[in-house]
Amino acid sequence: MDNENNILEVRNLQVNFKTYAGDVKAIRNVSFDLRKGETLAIVGESGSGKSVTTRTIMGLNASNADIASGSIMYKGQDLLKKSEKEMEGIRGQDIAEIFQDPMTSLDPTMKIGRQIAEPLMVHKGMKKDKAWAQALEMMKLVGITDAESRINDYPHQFSGGMRQRIVIAIALINYPEVLIADEPTTALDVTIQAQILNLMKELQDKISTSIIFITHDLGVVAGMADRVAVMYAGKIVEYGTVDEIFYNPKHPYTWGLLSSMPTLDSSGDELPSIPGTPPDLLDPPTGDAFAARNAYALKIDTEQEPPFFKVSDTHYAATWLLHPDAPKVTPPAQIVERQEKYAKMQQALARAQQTTGPVEEEEEQQ
Amino acid sequence: MDYENAEKILEVKHLKQYFNVGKSDEVHAVDDISFDIYKGETFGLVGESGSGKTTTGRAIIHLYEPTSGEILFDGKNVDSFTSKQEKRDFRQEMQMIFQDPYASLNPRMKVKDIVAEGIDINHLAKDDDDRTKQVEDLLETVGLNKDHSSRYPHEFSGGQRQRIGIARALAVKPKFVIADEPISALDVSIQAQVVNLMKKLQREQGLTYLFIAHDLSMVKYISDRIGVMHYGRMLEIADSDEIYAHPLHDYTKSLLSAVPVPDPEFERARQEIAYDGGQENDGKERHLVEIAPRHWVRAADDEIDMYTQRAHEASLIHD
Repeated sequence: MDNENNILEVRNLQVNFKTYAGDVKAIRNVSFDLRKGETLAIVGESGSGKSVTTRTIMGLNASNADIASGSIMYKGQDLLKKSEKEMEGIRGQDIAEIFQDPMTSLDPTMKIGRQIAEPLMVHKGMKKDKAWAQALEMMKLVGITDAESRINDYPHQFSGGMRQRIVIAIALINYPEVLIADEPTTALDVTIQAQILNLMKELQDKISTSIIFITHDLGVVAGMADRVAVMYAGKIVEYGTVDEIFYNPKHPYTWGLLSSMPTLDSSGDELPSIPGTPPDLLDPPTGDAFAARNAYALKIDTEQEPPFFKVSDTHYAATWLLHPDAPKVTPPAQIVERQEKYAKMQQALARAQQTTGPVEEEEEQQ
Repeated sequence: MDYENAEKILEVKHLKQYFNVGKSDEVHAVDDISFDIYKGETFGLVGESGSGKTTTGRAIIHLYEPTSGEILFDGKNVDSFTSKQEKRDFRQEMQMIFQDPYASLNPRMKVKDIVAEGIDINHLAKDDDDRTKQVEDLLETVGLNKDHSSRYPHEFSGGQRQRIGIARALAVKPKFVIADEPISALDVSIQAQVVNLMKKLQREQGLTYLFIAHDLSMVKYISDRIGVMHYGRMLEIADSDEIYAHPLHDYTKSLLSAVPVPDPEFERARQEIAYDGGQENDGKERHLVEIAPRHWVRAADDEIDMYTQRAHEASLIHD
């Protein structure tokens, strides 16, 4: 492992899907770290490769997936070199996942107590009585009311929000080191979503797990993430701390994503939108895959792929606009506003540091 | 939107839509709601799943027989249409855009036939050339290419399919369009495209929209006025800026407090407001009361003072 604070290190991952039409290059050279105890959000549109990334970590890809290169280091071992049998020991034990749809990720014919207790019996060889007792504790922890009487109920007897709590209970019962949450609240109403997100934060503190949070909802990201990676067309195009991505974004795709979401106080006739559609990954374009939809595209974007440019120690973006020779451009108005806010926050921080003397490194700069 | 001289296009009066009436599992999906929609405006209907917002939309376009109550469209009771021609005219004037662009287009039909179905049924094309021309114009209006007309739905992305659905709705030149979660199946960057298209079409063709959605920030963006539904009841109706800035009903406050905002600083400080649904079911008789100008809240007689007080504090009324 490059860094002992990392629990997971993904390096140069490339995943292709073999189809009749040819190879779909779903993940095109993705690298990232997951730090101990943090929440890393991966955001992007459908088809950007965020779910394929986590499914590759879990070893749950479809049979036509071909992992062309890369490594996924977990506790000094490469998960990609594990056999299916070994992965079975890791899934649900070390690395667990909360899936998007609570309606389909539970077994409708099995009592929920058994579904929650199952990982304990499978991974730890626990006896039924003991496992059910722990399942009951976990049900209370995730806020299922009247757990004693409900442990014998079936999934259809619960509401969507309660079902997602059950899914979370199953994922957390073994206190996993890494929790992957793939759009865990997308199917839920906003008030229920707020409850589930609060629950996840609370439980993260309690059992100190590291979370990879996949979502397309930037509002949820702002509230949940410590760090954010933005994916587009099978690549990470920008990553940084949550403040850096929301207040000082550098990649035009991040600009587009942030400005095309109306906030509760935005108004006006035209919502800024990203024109066009994402590229076909059967035949990814040369250069920057976002160039065709990018109002700020340079000539070099269609010829050569941009490398990551460093913005800060924690913030990198793959866009030629950061090259020293690139022309200076003005981002969309909403982004300029965000950057101004960021500048003020930084100034306030600097002032606070001057008055109180040097403080420990800021929490989000970790 | 100028409401001084605005004309009502739709009046919903005491609409009740019950299912399984008389059985043990009787559901009051919509329970005595009343509201009006004015010509040229966008009325947003928000609420959580099960609140009855979709049922309301479907009852308005007469996919259901209402259990009781009246729906007046252009002053005429929708339920009173008896002749085939009257019903056909109504269906031409009121159209719907559906949520799921994958399920709402027939996979065996070419785009031109999907879009032209309404044109054919209502005999709106003089001849084949006219039909082709109308279809091509419609595709262009919604930002597609006329070459797309001989393709099948599976050849399109979600956003493009939703554009086809919009073209189909516009083909019969409706006055009133019900859009039921038209963008919730689309990606963020595509949502903005479709919303911009809907706004442009409204400006150009003077359309009236009933926009049903659970995404509160998008609803606020597109709507002139908003109605908040919960448990089949309408709890609050007001101009969209006002309802977001100064919600009066506890449920609206709770709903708005739960909306995640793409701003980390705001999120770190966010406080959710809990709502106890029990207070609606305490047996008191409640109805919508105009607490401030064009700001309606569902209240019992002894709650009116409290809401009036809240409106005063928010400077919605002065005396």
